[in-house]
Amino acid sequence: MDNILSWIIWIPIIGMVAIGFVPRGQQDLIKKIAAVTTGIQLLVAVMLWITFDATDGSFQFMERAEWIPSLGIAYILGIDGLSLPMVALNALIAFLGVFVSWNIDRAVKGYFALFLLLDTGIMGVFLSLDFFLFYVFWEVMLLPMYFLIGMWGGPQREYAAIKFFLYTLFGSVLMLIALLALYFACGNTFDMLLMMERAPFALDGVVWWGMSAIKVIWVLLFIGFAIKVPVFPFHTWLPLAHVEAPTAISVVLAGILLKLGVYGMLRINYTMLPDAVWWFAGAFAVLGMINVLWGAMCALAQKDLKKMVAYSSISHMGFLLLGMAAVIAGGAANGSNLMAAQAGINGAVFQMFNHGTISAMLFILVGVIYDQAHHRDIEGFGGLAAQMPVYSGIVALAFFAGLGLPGLSGFVSEAMCFIGAFPVFRTIVIISTIGILLNAAYFLWAFQRMFFGKLNEKYTGLVDINRRELFTVVPLLAITIFLGIYPRPFLDMIKETMNVLIDQVVIVGGIAGIF
Amino acid sequence: MSNLQSLSLYWPELILSGTILLAIIIDIFSESQQSKKVSNWVTLGLLLTLIAVAITKHSPTTLFMDTLAFDPFASFIKSIVIVATILVIVISRNSNEFKGYHTGEYYVLLAIMVFGMFLMASAIDLIMVYLSIEVVSLMSFILAGYLKDNPRSNEASLKYVIYGAFSSGIMLYGLSIIFGLTGTTNYFEIRDAIKALDGSADLALTIASVFVLAGFGYKISAVPFHFWTPDVYEGSPTPITAYLSVAPKAAGFALMIRFFNQVFVDGASLSGVGWSSTVSFSWPQLLGIISVITMSMGNLVAVQQSSVKRMLAYSSIAHAGYMLMALPTTSSEGVFGIMIYLVMYLFMNLGAFFVLIYVIEKEGGETFEHFNGLGWRMPIVGLVMTIFMFSLTGLPPTVGFIGKFYLFAAVINAGPGFYWLAFFGALNTVVSLYYYLRVVKAMYLTGEPSDVIAVPSFSMTMIFLLLAIPSVFFGIYWVPILGWVKDSLLLFVQVL
Repeated sequence: MDNILSWIIWIPIIGMVAIGFVPRGQQDLIKKIAAVTTGIQLLVAVMLWITFDATDGSFQFMERAEWIPSLGIAYILGIDGLSLPMVALNALIAFLGVFVSWNIDRAVKGYFALFLLLDTGIMGVFLSLDFFLFYVFWEVMLLPMYFLIGMWGGPQREYAAIKFFLYTLFGSVLMLIALLALYFACGNTFDMLLMMERAPFALDGVVWWGMSAIKVIWVLLFIGFAIKVPVFPFHTWLPLAHVEAPTAISVVLAGILLKLGVYGMLRINYTMLPDAVWWFAGAFAVLGMINVLWGAMCALAQKDLKKMVAYSSISHMGFLLLGMAAVIAGGAANGSNLMAAQAGINGAVFQMFNHGTISAMLFILVGVIYDQAHHRDIEGFGGLAAQMPVYSGIVALAFFAGLGLPGLSGFVSEAMCFIGAFPVFRTIVIISTIGILLNAAYFLWAFQRMFFGKLNEKYTGLVDINRRELFTVVPLLAITIFLGIYPRPFLDMIKETMNVLIDQVVIVGGIAGIF
Repeated sequence: MSNLQSLSLYWPELILSGTILLAIIIDIFSESQQSKKVSNWVTLGLLLTLIAVAITKHSPTTLFMDTLAFDPFASFIKSIVIVATILVIVISRNSNEFKGYHTGEYYVLLAIMVFGMFLMASAIDLIMVYLSIEVVSLMSFILAGYLKDNPRSNEASLKYVIYGAFSSGIMLYGLSIIFGLTGTTNYFEIRDAIKALDGSADLALTIASVFVLAGFGYKISAVPFHFWTPDVYEGSPTPITAYLSVAPKAAGFALMIRFFNQVFVDGASLSGVGWSSTVSFSWPQLLGIISVITMSMGNLVAVQQSSVKRMLAYSSIAHAGYMLMALPTTSSEGVFGIMIYLVMYLFMNLGAFFVLIYVIEKEGGETFEHFNGLGWRMPIVGLVMTIFMFSLTGLPPTVGFIGKFYLFAAVINAGPGFYWLAFFGALNTVVSLYYYLRVVKAMYLTGEPSDVIAVPSFSMTMIFLLLAIPSVFFGIYWVPILGWVKDSLLLFVQVL
């Protein structure tokens, strides 16, 4: 199939246009169109996964077309081991998201049209190899998100939506400045492949107001991406947005949108400014540690189940930052410990994927109980295990996955991040492990309060998880268990690309190194 | 060129003058409320003028004994002015703000204003600069106060006159000092005379130029010469508000670009060589600071408004600030950025004001509350307004983003000395999102889906789409505009 990447990006737009022509009374038809569209997209993604050549660490299925030649802007797409898992994850979550949204009854047409537009925006970010295109998709994604939170969200939705938008736009405009600075430094091109080659050397030794240009650009990009992750001081939009968003949008937010930040750092910061990675790795590790502990402690204090899950996301993202920092273990200064660098980076990308599946699952499960009980107060439940046995079982598994129980995928990736970071950041890793304990504490404590003890009289009417809801959770659960036991298939897919990335940081960053 | 020769390149203006005279006569002989006829004639005349502007081609030269420049840049600004005027005439005919007023001379005044802006776009002589600004200002005063029975409109007109008189007085003073120092009113002779002065009258020259800047700043409503803007914009008939925010601004920028690039810059024009070494005053810093203050003030005050009309007034101040960012770079990229932005701004700002006119007519007011639930009740209006709001914010894929992109690119390209401008511009973009989103929020987030859907009349829908479709299309593929602007980036230059 030619232009497979273009198809995977634009299929949702076709669905969106189709929905535009459906009269708004026909809600079922709209939902079915959305399901079929994302279903086809998922099939294409699976095909992509199968045909992807894992032994090649460079970009595959490249597409290139002229767009604005006078400015050096082109339509360039490509996929490698870093974007492949994200594309697959997004296709899966979008597909499941349609079924999670099945109960939406307010302005259905608008909801699914925006949902599909969001899907296109996300796919575009993961597949663009032109920085300008990347930026356009990055921003396009914000618009539907604003409406989806603001129009279909909870009581504080307006505030949550605008806070989300303002935070992200703040990051984006800083990114725009960095993008332009890189553009002129790299000889007027937005082609990311060329920028990766040229940027490390073009900016070597350039000084702006007494600061190294590389560091300034790095920090601008970092803030832009860190807001999405979110890294510690920039995280305050997240709990609010997650809590107020409708279930399916929380799922997309936690499952995909947070990964965009990490993806951006690995794709742009790491490859275009590799020598600054050395300068910033320490800060990465410290921020990772703060994220782990801060997120976990906040989660421990929450009474709202959805908020607890939201903070657990922040905590899990911290592990990932530790793994990303570990890349410098591969440098000569740190004993050329390539194994540690590989463990760290592979672990970080694996954690991206795993957190995508696990947090998506957690948010779906929160939605299931909220739909029936109309509240999410952990203390307000109790004894649900007897009333909803299947649901309780699945929640137990999801919580275990969240706290990183061995045998489930979260454990493997978190362990890899720790193993990678340990040789370089020993103290930080040791402190961060407290986070694992805290994670276990709030998940188990919440489980105990909700499912054990005496059944609250109010909830004798609750029925167990239904088949549609099961259908949305089971695939994610299966992936979590499968990769927990046998992570090889996933790690083999990304390995070569990660080696390329490590080489870029260790070798190119080492040569260009001005620090 | 001599006066007689000049006429052969001056026939767009001649057509325009003919139109004006004809329209006055038609107005006299038509029935009192039949002003549709006048507007038809004026529109036709403007269309002919536009065609004349487009087909009058000649290598850059000067007209009427070096008082006006004839170059693609002037034609570019003229085209923008005409397109804006035609759109405003169309919307004025559809607006019910003028009910009960005789509007024949309204269209005539608009056409005279266009003539003034034509002069502004090409003036290269201090006297012509002053005259052209005055023509445009006088027409604006009358138009702002056109609603005779409306006290706010009267207030707008009076304030406008007072501020206008004051700043043009200061400007005239500055012009006379420059004349005193250099003994000439022609830009190029002034440039050479300044070189000959060789810094001996720097202080006087600087003060004079700052005075001149007051006049320019007043026309583009840059801080601190902006005080008239909110009240005038709020009190004027809304079509005039829309007009004032686009057309005179474009002409004002044309004046500034010519003045700064041809009087103070070495190597005559747009070669990117930077400010003349004979001018010791740091113009880039001053213009940069004015730009940052203008955009910040505009944005921060816009946040607090409860009237959408007033919010758009302040936002137009902010947009002048963005465009000013690129002026101190004195590079062709900078002028290019401003030109692109003017085109993009035409679509999105007129669009936003036109929707506002429609909402005032249908909902009876201009506050944010009047926009509540609009997206549900009038889906088309809501959709196009959302496009304009996101475009004014500068989000892709809309023209606003492309315009901002070129401005930022020009600033970044000018080197690290200008990065602080880009940084403030970026921060301001975030601030502006807040108040533009308030409109979107009112339209969609408040209110419930409704079964009763109102569709604007065919002509209104067409006007909306005429502005909204390019706002998105040129945001995705702006090569056509790029080509036009690139061809127009040619100013008349008199080489030493």
